[in-house]
Amino acid sequence: MSGRLKNKVALVTGGASGFGRASAIRLAEEGALVCVTDVNEDEGRETAAMLGGRGFFQRLDVTSDGDWTETMRAVLGRYAKLDVLVNSAGIAAARDNIEECDDAIWDAVMDVNLTGTYLGCRHAIAPMRRAGGGSIVNLASVLALKGEGGALAYCASKGGVRLLTKAVAVHCGRQKNGIRCNAICPGYMLTAMLYDFLDTLNDREGEHARLASMHALGRLGDADDVAQMVLFLASDESRFVTGTEMVVDGGFTAG
Amino acid sequence: MGRCEGAMALVTGGASGIGAAAARLLAAQSARVMIADRNAEGAARVAREIGEAAASVALDVADAASWEAAVAATLEAFGGWNVLVNSAGILRHGSVESETLDDWRQVMEINVKGTWRGCKLAVAHMKETGGSIVNISSIAGIEAGGDLCAYSVSKGAVRQLTKSVALYCAERGWQVRCNSVHPGIIETPMLDTYFAEQPDPQAERAAWDQVMPLGIRGEPEDIGHMIVYLASAESRLVTGAEMVVDGGAMAR
Repeated sequence: MSGRLKNKVALVTGGASGFGRASAIRLAEEGALVCVTDVNEDEGRETAAMLGGRGFFQRLDVTSDGDWTETMRAVLGRYAKLDVLVNSAGIAAARDNIEECDDAIWDAVMDVNLTGTYLGCRHAIAPMRRAGGGSIVNLASVLALKGEGGALAYCASKGGVRLLTKAVAVHCGRQKNGIRCNAICPGYMLTAMLYDFLDTLNDREGEHARLASMHALGRLGDADDVAQMVLFLASDESRFVTGTEMVVDGGFTAG
Repeated sequence: MGRCEGAMALVTGGASGIGAAAARLLAAQSARVMIADRNAEGAARVAREIGEAAASVALDVADAASWEAAVAATLEAFGGWNVLVNSAGILRHGSVESETLDDWRQVMEINVKGTWRGCKLAVAHMKETGGSIVNISSIAGIEAGGDLCAYSVSKGAVRQLTKSVALYCAERGWQVRCNSVHPGIIETPMLDTYFAEQPDPQAERAAWDQVMPLGIRGEPEDIGHMIVYLASAESRLVTGAEMVVDGGAMAR
């Protein structure tokens, strides 16, 4: 452990799997105490158990304002402060195109991906201000930068996260409260979300190959690639970085 | 073990500012670093400060033969070369109306062609061994300044040069990544010189401070940390990306 997050307290949403789990592990490895949250309790607790005693699990539905209040109370009760928030909870949906997407699909994707991130930012500001500053890391997507026909609400929600991030960054900057807010735009990654999507298809291998070919490096990254950037943005190494989006995408957006 | 164990880096513009900070932070993470600069004495001084992990060489990035010599010195000192940080750059104040052709040419020669020469040599070498190229662009390479015409144009060119190199290497399956860093206003000798040339340096300084919502001034180390990330294997999936480190200047 090189201690890049020594003495920091972090809260990670979507911590049961994917980017959230990888981030929680990486942050704890570098010295942070981590509150792992998710609606998926079993796998969320599993993540917390992987942190070598440097964290705990708290059930959190990111779309619930009341859950956020409870979660903040739990974190502050246990660790007395909050330095880092990683808004990683997110969902994708089938039939998410302009013709098939209905109110239910739209609302579900927007609620978790965008409203959930907004609520997280809102609840984190006060404790971070009291701590003299902090770092909020929002998981957007390359689909915040480029469109995909089969990801309508997903694109809209992630585009929203990208600009929500900048609005929060500018607000906090004006207040001089020491809070930074940045987004990460991962490419398609080998996570449970992607495997779930591939499982819905007849030609699983063909779609995997097609997605890989959209990334200049010709392969899909994994959650650890994202966790390394989460770590950079969470640490004081990035103290001059705010309101930006960091692309971790194997060259998806380069061309 | 540091985060850049095994890295053999050539850092241009390494005598001062962002280049010097990058060299120090890379070395602190176990990289070996060749510090290259037109100011050979300054480069040697930074190398001495760092100690055993560093060496220095004179480099005029506008000169092809000088580049060849710097690469040869790197290979001889370390037995390999897998990281290039193109940090050498100049800034000239001038609008499309006021700037001279000489200034325009000089800015393009150093900022664009110098970076292009470095990329060309790095790709030729690293396509066999793998490596990481980090080009220092600027936020002016994304949003131009009216009084920074040649500078903005040159940094925009570096941004696209970076993506072209990244795609070229990736499409061939070469393990060479190429990314750009876009600093905002950073406290460097280049910035000091810029302010000193202004009619009212203090007013200009105050105006520039207003640009950054974060309300702190950027130091060369702030860019150096991003360079360490891009040089290390932590960023193995990152290529053709532009990393903004600007105190929030571009967020609004």
